[in-house]
Amino acid sequence: MPLHRKDLLGIAELNAGEIELILETAETFRDINTRQIKKVPTLRGKTVINLFFEASTRTRTSFEIAAKRLSADAINISASTSSVVKGETLVDTALNLQAMAPDAIVIRHSSSGAPARVAAIARAAVINAGDGTHEHPTQALLDALTIRHHKRQLGGLKVAIIGDILHSRVARSNIHLLTRLGAEVVLAGPRTLLPFGLEKVIDARPGSLRFAASIEEALRGADVVMTLRIQLERQSGGFFPTLREYSTQFGLNRRRLELAKPDAIVLHPGPINRGVEIDSDVADGTTSVILDQVENGVAVRMAILYLLAGGESA
Amino acid sequence: MHFIEKFRLMTAADMNRVLLRMASQIVENNPDLSNVILVGIRRRGVPLATRLAQKILEMDQVTVTTGALDITLYRDDLSTVGDRPVVNRTELPGNITDKTIILVDDVLYTGRTVRAALDELIDFGRPHRVQLAVLVDRGWRELPIQADYVGKILPTSEREIVKVMLPEFDETEQVIVVEPQ
Repeated sequence: MPLHRKDLLGIAELNAGEIELILETAETFRDINTRQIKKVPTLRGKTVINLFFEASTRTRTSFEIAAKRLSADAINISASTSSVVKGETLVDTALNLQAMAPDAIVIRHSSSGAPARVAAIARAAVINAGDGTHEHPTQALLDALTIRHHKRQLGGLKVAIIGDILHSRVARSNIHLLTRLGAEVVLAGPRTLLPFGLEKVIDARPGSLRFAASIEEALRGADVVMTLRIQLERQSGGFFPTLREYSTQFGLNRRRLELAKPDAIVLHPGPINRGVEIDSDVADGTTSVILDQVENGVAVRMAILYLLAGGESA
Repeated sequence: MHFIEKFRLMTAADMNRVLLRMASQIVENNPDLSNVILVGIRRRGVPLATRLAQKILEMDQVTVTTGALDITLYRDDLSTVGDRPVVNRTELPGNITDKTIILVDDVLYTGRTVRAALDELIDFGRPHRVQLAVLVDRGWRELPIQADYVGKILPTSEREIVKVMLPEFDETEQVIVVEPQ
C-alpha cells in the first residue's frame, strides 16, 4: 500500500499498514548507508529545509544526512540564527520559506501542533521532528526499526517505558506505534510524571497499555526497556525533589535490568543524562542498542523523505 | 483495466530451450567464467539470472555468482509517477570492480531500466565490462541500448504488453502478449 499523505505529523494518524511500509522502505535504505558510495540520485533537484526551533544534534544531523544521501539539497535553519530572534511569527517564517519552493520542511518546535500549523499553509511536505509534548514520529519509527532488528517483530513483545511520560513526545509516538503493531506497553515513572487516563485518550487496543506501580513491576519480564531523558528544560514544575532522588528511584541500573528478560534490549532516544535516568554501565553495555537507534535514524528519515518528497514538485 | 491475451510467444519448454542457448552463448563469450557475475534486475530478471547460472552449471560444472539489482531509486520517472514505487533490496556479491557483469532482465523495451541499472552498478564499483541478456527484445528503444544475448526478438505495437510469467511470481511459466481491451 502507498503512503497517500502530504505530511508526517504524528504516528497517531498512521495505520499499521502505513507504518509497515515506512519500516520496510527504511530496511532497504539501511543498505545504502553501508555502501562505499552512500548516495543515490533519487531526490535530485529537491530541496529539504530543516527548521529547528529547539536544540538538536541527532535529529537535525540525521535529517540532513538522509536528505543528502538521497541527493536532495538540505538547508538548515535554527531559530537562534534566524529572523525569529527579530520577532517573526511561525506563520510568517513558514510563508517566506514556502515562497522559495522547498519540497519538504522538517520542523522541530517547542509548541505542540506547530508542524500542523505549518502544514496547513505550506505546499511542501511537512515532517514533524518533535513538537512540544505532542509527537516525535521519526523517533518512534527508528525505535521500531531497531526493535525489529533485534526481536524480529513487535507483536507480542512487552515494552517498558520508564521516566517522564508526561512531557515525552517520544513516549507518546512510541505508545501509538507499539500498541498499533501489537506490542504490550507498560509505563513507569514518578506519579507526578505519569499522565493517568492516557489509555483512554490514546486509541490503543484494550489491555495493550497500562501503568505499573513501580519501575520493578514494569521491568519484570520486559523484552524491551525504553528509558526516557529527564528533560531538564521542562522540569520547572517541581515534579520530583532532586535528580539524585529520581536516579535512586527510577534510574535504570544493572541490578534493576536483571528483572527484565535475559535477552532484553535497552533503548534511549538521547541525549542521555548519565547517572540520572540510566547508568553508564547499562548505557554502554552489551544490551544497549542506543547507537543502533542513531544508525537506523538515517534510514528511517530517508524512507520518509522518499515516500513524502519523492513525487511531483510541491 | 482489462487485458486480452493476443497470443502465446513461448511455452515453458520454449523458455527452457532459449535460456539454454543464451547460457551457451554466455559461456562462449566469457572464457573466464570465474570473473562473471549474473545480475538480475528486479523483479523478473532475478530468477532468470539464477536459471542462466543453473544452465551454465549443468553445461560446464562452473558456478557463476549471481546478484540482484533494484533500480527503483535510479528511475528517471520518479517525480512523475503517482505513488512512490516500493523499494526493494539490491544485493551484489562483494566488490564488482574489474568483474564482467551480465545484466539480466525479462523484457527489453525503452532501455530506461537498463540505463538506471548501469548508473546503479557504477555506484558500486568499476566493472571491467557490462553485458546485457534479455529473454525478449520487443523494440521501441528510447535510448541507445542493445542486448548482447537475446532470447527472442519480437516486433510489437506500442499498445501491446509482453508478459513474462515465472513460477516465482505467477501461477504458470510462459511468455504471452496481451493488449488492453
